[in-house]
Amino acid sequence: MPLLDNYRGKMRFNQQAITYSLILLAGLLWIGFSAAPQGSTTSGKIPAPQAGFLSPDFTLTTLNGETIRLFDLRGRVILLNIWASWCPPCRAEMPAMQRVWEEYRAQGVVVLAVNATSQDTLADAQAFVAENGLTFPIPLDTEGEVTRLYRVSSLPTSFFIGADGVIREVVIGGPMAEALLRSRIEELLQEMR
Amino acid sequence: MLPTLQIGPLALQTPGLMYLLGLWLGLSLAEKFAPRRGIAADTLYNLVFTGLIAGILGARLGYVLQHPQAFLASPLSLVSLNAGLLDPFSGFAAALLAALVYGARQKLPFWHTLDALTPFFAVFLIGTHLANAASGAGFGAETSLPWGIELWGAKRHPTQFYELGGAITILLWLGRLSKQNDLPAGELFLTFIALTAGARLFFEAFRGDSTLILGGIRAAQGMAWLILAATLWTLTRLKADR
Repeated sequence: MPLLDNYRGKMRFNQQAITYSLILLAGLLWIGFSAAPQGSTTSGKIPAPQAGFLSPDFTLTTLNGETIRLFDLRGRVILLNIWASWCPPCRAEMPAMQRVWEEYRAQGVVVLAVNATSQDTLADAQAFVAENGLTFPIPLDTEGEVTRLYRVSSLPTSFFIGADGVIREVVIGGPMAEALLRSRIEELLQEMR
Repeated sequence: MLPTLQIGPLALQTPGLMYLLGLWLGLSLAEKFAPRRGIAADTLYNLVFTGLIAGILGARLGYVLQHPQAFLASPLSLVSLNAGLLDPFSGFAAALLAALVYGARQKLPFWHTLDALTPFFAVFLIGTHLANAASGAGFGAETSLPWGIELWGAKRHPTQFYELGGAITILLWLGRLSKQNDLPAGELFLTFIALTAGARLFFEAFRGDSTLILGGIRAAQGMAWLILAATLWTLTRLKADR
């Protein structure tokens, strides 16, 4: 009987080995079948507010009366931040953004702090900017166009955009630590070099 | 897609909530299941907790070491709650190392412990797919199929839900398997790994965010195939040694 048990055991082992080999072969065939042409799964050409997609274009007027179009900033690293003056985490991260802007603007980095003016008041936004000595551009989203375009569901929301216009990372909520701003901007600058 | 959950003035990040939910439910299920594999529930809890703490500390340390200048300019960021300042690979390595050291000190049997942890891994995996469904990450390739969903400017395969369905099926499968009395140590865990690798290999084909390597091969499928092959080989050895 031990001989028979040994034989059955070997048979089971062989059957299992064959099944597993067939599974692996099917896996290889599936990999080959589902291979995509290079570049076909990257979504860089479609504008959408998500990492891996092209940053949706917009044109807004800043607090200083200048007109800014996002598309015109192509070729530069951009931190797009959407904020309101009544939002505590938005207020908390602004000084770090100012320090980073001062340090990196000479390298072509752009900080765009779009004020969600449709959910804020212009007077409050102006007072906050003056109080904190913010010098980066503050585009005013008076109609809520950018908030909708970028599907902002929570303030603040920030988008790190590479020189090619593709969004690399979306940060929902805040405040963002200064090291996060610095490390992400450094990484994006490194890509350009 | 529901990236944030607004409760009064509080905006909760849904993906984070899903991870926490997966962690909590997974750990609860594993604690119930552990005594059947000869591991005390308290010991299992301590093992997971040790791994988690070490993982978080290791992930932050790994990130700091990769970006020292950013932290020198802003030392307070060391204690920031930003998840973006964590390096996943360093975190995983630290968690694994801490769990191995804890397991060795407690003299935990290797395969039995991994079996006891399997429900935790399986439920946490469901949590990660729910997090992707909430954030819109892990999105699918464009499709004209009737069940395609509008996401990121196109009609796409609802890959987050394909993978969620796969993970739930794996959990149910493991539930049935765990009822077998003569299950050899390690079989439950290895079956989980094999099924998860198989699911990834299959569903990755519908993703729209795959990293492509030579000839358009999806990198994640290649990795999943290698893991599947290694796991099936180990399973074969395990059964041969019975």
